[in-house]
Amino acid sequence: MSQASANAMPAAVSTDPPVAKRRNLNRGKVGMACLICSEITFFGTLLATYLYYIGRDISGPFPHEVLDISVAPMKVVFNSIFLLTSSIWIVLAVKALRKGNIKMFGFWWLLTILFGVEFLVGTGMEWYGLIAEDGLTIRTNLFGSGFYTVVGFHAGHVCCGLILLTIVFVLTACGFMHKRHAHKVDMLSWYWHFVDGIWIAVFTIVYIIGYV
Amino acid sequence: MLLGCLHAPAAIGSGDRWARRSGAQRMTRHRTAHDGRSRLIAGPMGLVLVILAAVMVSATSETSFAETATAAAEAPVCDGAAPWPTMFAPRSAPAQQILDITWLVIGIVGVLGIIVMTMIVFSIIRYRHREGDDDAEPAQIYGSNPIELAWTVLPTLIVFVLFLVSARGIFEIEKETPPEGALEVTVVGHRWWWEFDYPEYGFVTANELHIPIGDDNTPIPVFLSLESADVIHSFWVPQLAGKTDVVPNRDKNHLWLEPNMAGTYVGQCAEYCGGAHANMLITVVVEPESEFKKWVAQQQKEAVQDESVAEGRRIFQQTACINCHTIRGTVANGTFAPDLTHFMSRSVIGAGAAPNNPQVLRQWVFDPQTIKPGCDMPAMKLTSEEIELVCAYLETLK
Amino acid sequence: MTVLDGPNRELQKASGHRATFFSYLHEWVATSDHKKLGIMYVTSGLLFFLIGGLEASMMRWQLAWSGLEVVGPEEFNRLFTMHGTTMVFLVGMPILLGVANYLVPLMIGARDLAFPRLNAFGFWLFLFGGLLLYFSYFGAQGLYGMGSSPDVGWFAYAPLTERTFTRGHSTDYWILGIGISGFGSIATGINLITTIMTMRCPGMSLMKMPLFVWLMFIDAILIMIAMPPLTAAQVMLLFDRWLGAQFFDTGNGGSAVLWQNLFWFFGHPEVYILILPAFAYVSEIIPVFSRKVIFGYPLMVAATIAIGFISLGVWVHHMFALGLSPMVNAIFMGSTMLIAVPTGIKMFNWIATLYGGKLRFQTPMLFSMGFLTQFLLGGLTGIMLAVVPFDWQVSDSYFVVGHFHYVLFGGLVFSIFAAIYYWLPKVSGRMLSETIGKWHFWLLFIGFNLTFGPMHVSGMLGMPRRIYTYHPDRGWELWNLLSSIGVLFQIAGILFFAYNVINSVLRGKKAGDDPWDAWTLEWTTTSPPPEYNFSEIPTVHSRRPLWDQKHPEDPDWKYE
Ligand code: HEA
Ligand code: HEA
Ligand code: HEC
Ligand code: CUA
Ligand SMILES: [Cu+2]
Repeated sequence: MSQASANAMPAAVSTDPPVAKRRNLNRGKVGMACLICSEITFFGTLLATYLYYIGRDISGPFPHEVLDISVAPMKVVFNSIFLLTSSIWIVLAVKALRKGNIKMFGFWWLLTILFGVEFLVGTGMEWYGLIAEDGLTIRTNLFGSGFYTVVGFHAGHVCCGLILLTIVFVLTACGFMHKRHAHKVDMLSWYWHFVDGIWIAVFTIVYIIGYV
Repeated sequence: MLLGCLHAPAAIGSGDRWARRSGAQRMTRHRTAHDGRSRLIAGPMGLVLVILAAVMVSATSETSFAETATAAAEAPVCDGAAPWPTMFAPRSAPAQQILDITWLVIGIVGVLGIIVMTMIVFSIIRYRHREGDDDAEPAQIYGSNPIELAWTVLPTLIVFVLFLVSARGIFEIEKETPPEGALEVTVVGHRWWWEFDYPEYGFVTANELHIPIGDDNTPIPVFLSLESADVIHSFWVPQLAGKTDVVPNRDKNHLWLEPNMAGTYVGQCAEYCGGAHANMLITVVVEPESEFKKWVAQQQKEAVQDESVAEGRRIFQQTACINCHTIRGTVANGTFAPDLTHFMSRSVIGAGAAPNNPQVLRQWVFDPQTIKPGCDMPAMKLTSEEIELVCAYLETLK
Repeated sequence: MTVLDGPNRELQKASGHRATFFSYLHEWVATSDHKKLGIMYVTSGLLFFLIGGLEASMMRWQLAWSGLEVVGPEEFNRLFTMHGTTMVFLVGMPILLGVANYLVPLMIGARDLAFPRLNAFGFWLFLFGGLLLYFSYFGAQGLYGMGSSPDVGWFAYAPLTERTFTRGHSTDYWILGIGISGFGSIATGINLITTIMTMRCPGMSLMKMPLFVWLMFIDAILIMIAMPPLTAAQVMLLFDRWLGAQFFDTGNGGSAVLWQNLFWFFGHPEVYILILPAFAYVSEIIPVFSRKVIFGYPLMVAATIAIGFISLGVWVHHMFALGLSPMVNAIFMGSTMLIAVPTGIKMFNWIATLYGGKLRFQTPMLFSMGFLTQFLLGGLTGIMLAVVPFDWQVSDSYFVVGHFHYVLFGGLVFSIFAAIYYWLPKVSGRMLSETIGKWHFWLLFIGFNLTFGPMHVSGMLGMPRRIYTYHPDRGWELWNLLSSIGVLFQIAGILFFAYNVINSVLRGKKAGDDPWDAWTLEWTTTSPPPEYNFSEIPTVHSRRPLWDQKHPEDPDWKYE
């Protein structure tokens, strides 16, 4: 029966078999969705740990002593706004690409990158302040361990995202981007939304719930 | 539609009653087997319920078969030279309660196991391909809702019953506050020995836990608070209670004992804690209250100062021994290692690694690693004269 | 070597190129073909199995009687750590991923996995992680000269893993080796999910997939959800050890309980990740050798999903002795017991498949029956362990060791052997010897039960696990001796197996495309399948396309 496949159904069948349907799931998107799922459980674990350790430090500095949640420029709330709005720009970028408007795509895309970079710089400045001025390092106390791990991993993901976005931008600048790439770019935007979403969770837990 | 039964004629021809039925069944697209088959499989399931009920009744009635079985396990009395640390010879209230539940569980699970195993073996033997069988395919049965429902619902019920019984057990056995009139002892696990702290009486000892039982054998509850000085250990003396972990930075673990028979019970650390985990044994001496009181009085005293062993004491105090060990009444006040104030009151050395006798003691001071490999006491590199003197001194610490 | 006679090689031969050793090596190292990767996964898994088994044999030798000095305590601690870690991460995982790799595309009528290169990457990550772990035997000396391989147990409880208690780098090797191979598993898991979701051949709706594919689908989802928490926990531990963080540093307020929660949140689903493939294999083998369709397919699917779901919520049953509150213990006891229901459904449906069949006891079926009986016992002792008060006595004792070998060895490994006897003819084009197969089965069956049955007794007699020796007066010697004798039978059985495989691959009898008269798509193509699997992508109308083909007068799709 070698090589014969089941659709070579002999004619003797009494009724016709039901017609086979075709599905149209995009494997890139499914793969990305899976990746995001596993990333969520990864961050979930880190965040659960952070939650568990809130208020268990034996010695300071404590979160409310060193975290600055004022709405001042270049502080965390300000930076968060940048990161979150970048999600809007990337949506607009993908829309533009779908329409085939490469120029607008490049513009929104660059804006996304810039906003992301602002966030990273902000995080860097915050860390500098914490380490140099407040003396909080990863080995200071549980808060330090948790804070740098959680925020650090998030920043790492922002970095990864930015690298990918930059590659796409360079490709755009060199004129390689086309309308047909929209769904690939869309996948990237999913990732970017995920990084944003995680930040909302991180912010809530670290800066709001953990601010005691 | 007629063609449908074409593949089954062999089965019909084989004279197999069930095959014939289901051949027909297949033709009429019946997925429900309302014939003998469902009764055949559901029968044993009903049996399960009956036996389950019987087991439950017997377990809750006055003379449970648990007790009978325990009586049979009376043999290994845990005393002196023949300690059998088995959960089947409980000598304390919680261990007894656990054993009662255990019999129930073994009963339920055993019956289930026998039934299902029988089902498997029966099918294997009954339906094996035999010499002379034809090669036709047997009747194809795709499923049966009532049967499948039966073996979804019945296990759910069994599990529910098991859950209720065991949950009651948990709440009865696990105590978070000391029972009325309990003796409280703090147990501190160290790598790889035990510290026993009697706050009520104001002394600390090591490796041999003494607890009382009424002179007329009335049980006295004991409430242990479990703490760890380093990694996780677990306090397990099967004849007295189940185990509870001894967790660092978590000082809310407790264990409750209520012995009902005097004797020496052994157990051991049951959570892997590194190098000498295998030799981190536990000795619990349950003794009549009068003797216990005497023991307490002795432990409360400071160490004897016997002038005949002054030289040994001097060597002990001038060697690093005092950095790790405490001997109350002397300069030795280390807390890294077992308190040696009344070292000779213990029957074992190195948390049960070896019996406490002069020969072992000398070997121990010469090089503990030969007796308890991996333990945290180094060979102290004393000369044999010094060892002799130090041991002579230690032997006065009654 | 028939396995290696891919079309590539024929092409090479035909075009006059001499296949040198290097071109041959290159073909395997650089491959992204799911079948080659599958073979490499399973082969390396089996090699690690020999190593892990050797470690176990050393332990059993040491424990055969009280007071033996075959290995010292340090070495013993390394042995059980490496044995457990190897068996779970370097035997169970790669074999299940390998078999899935090989068979999932064939069963769903696809030509490869969704991301072939990611697949290759996953394999090499796994292998690198495994080798890194074993490199610790040489590389873990570290600054303090404390060393050799990890000795913290396969679940590496904190704070034993902190720098304070395990100096040197052995624990770092455990973290990195397992972490890296874990990344590989996650990648392959995602790959399988995507493949199953997007690449099924025309006609194969979800409810027309073979049960094998369903089980591997749920399995891959579990991998995707449960492995990252382990990675996160390991990262935190690594930060503790390398950067001075304090997550699990109990001296500074860190928590030992947290590690256990995080580890078992992974660890428990992990054991189901290991057993679902076993279910998958027997769910294909039992029907074929009973000559009956699987009984109650929809319920089997539902039970699989239920198992996957419930298994995410039972992890605390590994921590019943930790001193958690009675309420927590009771809740997790309930969820743990609940898992007996879907597992029981599977058990009963398999039995119902046997019932009324015409059973043929060729080796794959023998091993499946071994699985059925032994997994039953292991599952029932699992239910006993779920009873918290009983667990307080036997947790961390040999009873637990008995339980999990019954499910892992009696369940998983027996079914792996079943799978190898069943599918190797497809992979190599050659049959395994039935006679040697029977020897293999019976020796292993006897040896297995002799080794692990008595462990339940010694456990209830108070023998804790992970002790390198014990005192003579405890009444444990007989049981341990029996256990150790059993290993001899097992070794003999495994040697028969090794001979059988090598012999069959070299000069076994030709298998043909469909040696078992089976029903799923992999048997429609040649043995071994060509690189592109199917010359024409098949269309299916039922769960058993080959049945439809062989019984055109009575096709399955009318009943499903
Ligand atoms: C393949 C792996 C595998 C599988 C499938 C299982 C299955 C189960 N396990 Fe097991 N388990 C392990 C691997 C596995 N386990 C390992 C490796 C450890 C130790 C880890 C370590 O400490 O190193 C462990 C430890 C372990 C413990 C902790 C013990 C301790 O350390 O104190 C517990 C406690 O509840 C437990 C329970 C169960 C239960 C309830 C099941 C259930 O899924 C079983 C369900 C199956 C059945 C019940 C049989 C068939 C059903 C029927 C015939 C229906 C009728 C039955 C009833 C109504 C009861 N297991
Ligand atoms: C899939 C999982 C799996 C498998 C298959 C096995 C297989 C075996 N296990 Fe394993 N075991 C575990 C998983 C597994 N184990 C885990 C997770 C632990 C817990 C670890 C921990 O506590 O951290 C454990 C712990 C464990 C212990 C407890 C150690 C302790 O607590 O002190 C023991 C003791 O007897 C043991 C024994 C065995 C034996 C005898 C086999 C045998 O069945 C093995 C049979 C195989 C062979 C005998 C190999 C054949 C070898 C040859 C043919 C030689 C040729 C070889 C070469 C040339 C290289 N195992
Ligand atoms: C580095 C610390 C250290 C020093 C120094 C030390 N000990 Fe110990 N000692 C220990 C530890 C730790 C134990 C417990 C070992 C075990 O059981 O695992 C112990 C146990 C003992 C015991 C057995 C106690 C018991 O209850 O079982 C004796 C006796 C003993 N030491 C005597 C000595 C003598 C005598 C000296 C000096 C010559 C000495 N020790 C020096 C750490 C030390
Ligand atoms: Cu202490 Cu094991
Ligand atoms: Cu579990």
